[in-house]
Amino acid sequence: MKKALVYITLKEGVLDPQGKTVQHSLDTLGYAGVKEVRVGKYLELLIEDEGAVEAQVEEMCEKLLANPVIENYTYTIEEVVTL
Amino acid sequence: MKFAVIVFPGSNCDRDMYHAVTDALGEEADLVWYQGAKLENYDAILLPGGFSYGDYLRSGAIASTSDIVAQLKEHVRKGKSVLGVCNGFQILLESGLLPGAMMRNKDLKFICHHEDLRVVNHHSMFTTAYEQDEIISIPVAHGEGNYYCDEETLAKLKANNQIVFTYENNPNGSVEDIAGIINEAGNVLGMMPHPERAAESILGSADGLKLFQSIVENWRKAYVTGA
Repeated sequence: MKKALVYITLKEGVLDPQGKTVQHSLDTLGYAGVKEVRVGKYLELLIEDEGAVEAQVEEMCEKLLANPVIENYTYTIEEVVTL
Repeated sequence: MKFAVIVFPGSNCDRDMYHAVTDALGEEADLVWYQGAKLENYDAILLPGGFSYGDYLRSGAIASTSDIVAQLKEHVRKGKSVLGVCNGFQILLESGLLPGAMMRNKDLKFICHHEDLRVVNHHSMFTTAYEQDEIISIPVAHGEGNYYCDEETLAKLKANNQIVFTYENNPNGSVEDIAGIINEAGNVLGMMPHPERAAESILGSADGLKLFQSIVENWRKAYVTGA
């Protein structure tokens, strides 16, 4: 088994109203040093390893998990040790 | 003329759309469940508003992976019309039938009120019953109607006259005040405002009815002999 950790973030230049609101709230709490917040998504995928897992994850990101018009994605894949 | 109103799990404007077509417009329509649907006998497909799949992942993203999208693409390839309203627009964007993407409204609020729209292209098959630059009152009801596309796409939209409706007072942060766009071929329209909720004057505005009338009129011109 493999585990893919997928991070989806808004592309640079795409406004993030949610992030901006979170930043304002942090400011209200006294964290004036926070100059920008960008909100993204994190997904964990447990995948049966039949080879080509990385290519599969790449394809999944392109087809569904991220919207390439507004989002970027990165992922790491780790081995899951089953006892 | 026969319309199909596609019903996804979580659609909630499907009955309004059906009512607008059958009662206000006086044409035939079926409510069609998205699974196992056969679209070849319909002249126009309507994707209604709502929250298909609870807006999971991104609005419209899950619905855009369903089998019906392949049929929709075939329908579009044949030159038949597709109208996506609100969540229907989001599904058209996610399935690549229209360019761009939808973001959260600029102020993060769900907005639900009438907006003045400008008909900036009255030559499309959806808008010929309107005057050029006519101002119409159509309700919006969405949390994610902030239309975004990159500059290259925007330039294309402008060059091909694909921007059909714009907001007079942009309520959600959409680029260039965009409220509705068509594809390059002109037979797919996506719009956030709800014309089906403004198809009878008892509802506060009948300005949306002309959109449906345009579809019928242009269909008759194209497909009915002697029309």
